[in-house]
Amino acid sequence: MENERTGWTEQQVERTIGTLLRVGLMIATAVVLVGASLYLYRHGSEPPHYRIFRGEPADLRSIGGILRDSMQERSRGLIQLGLLLLLATPVARVAFSVVAFALERDRFYAMVTLVVLAVLLYSIVGGYV
Amino acid sequence: MNTLEFSVLVWLGSISAGLLGALTGLGGGIVVIPMLTLLFAVDIRYAAGAALISVIATSSGAASAYVRDGYSNLRVGMFLEVATTFGALAGAALAAYISGSRIAVIFGVVLLFSAYLSFRKRRNPRSDAPPDRLAAWLRLDSTYPAPGGLCSYHVQGVPPAFGLMFVAGTLSGLLGIGSGAVKVLALDWAMHLPFKVSTTTSNFMIGVTAAASAGVYLSRGYIDPGLAMPVMLGVLIGSLVGARVLEKVDSAALRLVFCAVIVVLGIEMIFNGLTGRL
Repeated sequence: MENERTGWTEQQVERTIGTLLRVGLMIATAVVLVGASLYLYRHGSEPPHYRIFRGEPADLRSIGGILRDSMQERSRGLIQLGLLLLLATPVARVAFSVVAFALERDRFYAMVTLVVLAVLLYSIVGGYV
Repeated sequence: MNTLEFSVLVWLGSISAGLLGALTGLGGGIVVIPMLTLLFAVDIRYAAGAALISVIATSSGAASAYVRDGYSNLRVGMFLEVATTFGALAGAALAAYISGSRIAVIFGVVLLFSAYLSFRKRRNPRSDAPPDRLAAWLRLDSTYPAPGGLCSYHVQGVPPAFGLMFVAGTLSGLLGIGSGAVKVLALDWAMHLPFKVSTTTSNFMIGVTAAASAGVYLSRGYIDPGLAMPVMLGVLIGSLVGARVLEKVDSAALRLVFCAVIVVLGIEMIFNGLTGRL
């Protein structure tokens, strides 16, 4: 296709996406595991409480709150940070695809992908539908 | 039962759910929700939040392995992702207005329908279909690697696929699942994509759709770290192992047994939802 002049072949793009997903998943899992060990060590003997839905406290619902909790090494905040990183993996993949389409000078699909990225960011950052 | 014991049991259960999800082709998310609600008496909203997280993990884990094979069609995926992400937002918004029991009933019906879809024999579509004008204009036609070299295919039925994908997104946001069965239906039945292309493309789409729903779930407080942690770690292990096993043994008898388990779970969800126990 016409993307030869940019030096990016479709295969390179796909290989990079594969690496991106694997590394993202590994980092996220590692953070979750650290948080999990702390959580089970500190709260392992407490009773679980999932029978009735109460919703999470405000600090575990927003990116800012999760970051603050993780800085204070709060175990639930750390797990949530890992989950947030996991959530960021497909978003990063979409963002990367915007760049890849733009490099291929495929304006239409760069725009389509940008719409998907906007919906994702709205859902995660804006959050309240 | 304390939190440590609960976490270990949920983790082991999630490994089995991941295995079952991979072996039936349904995905771990849709199997882990009945397990959490029926077996561990978890509220369906917490269960959906945890399942959604495990769906993202599984999708990324599987995609990192086969995205390099050149099967997935990125243009088809991205174009239809517009429908699934908007659908996911709509479904997640809807979830706030529907009671837990109603969601359980809808979940049961979707589970039964998905089991039916994935148990049906999938056939590779005819490769000599003429080009479709809309698909050609969108430049969706592509090729995939086959034993005899690159094989080209023409994409069909863009509008029905787009509609089905909106439904898949809505179900994902409403129930906390990946909606893999409905996605494969859109790609197979409406678009006539070759078998491997639709499987890999749908897997890629599942992660992105689930991320759109998960953002809303997170801000609404459905995602509990203490529950999502063992579920994510378990389902991920279970599905990766299940995918390996599937390469070696794929017997019709085994699939029948697994599908029977799914049918029982689906009926149980509907029953418990109707009687208000969930």
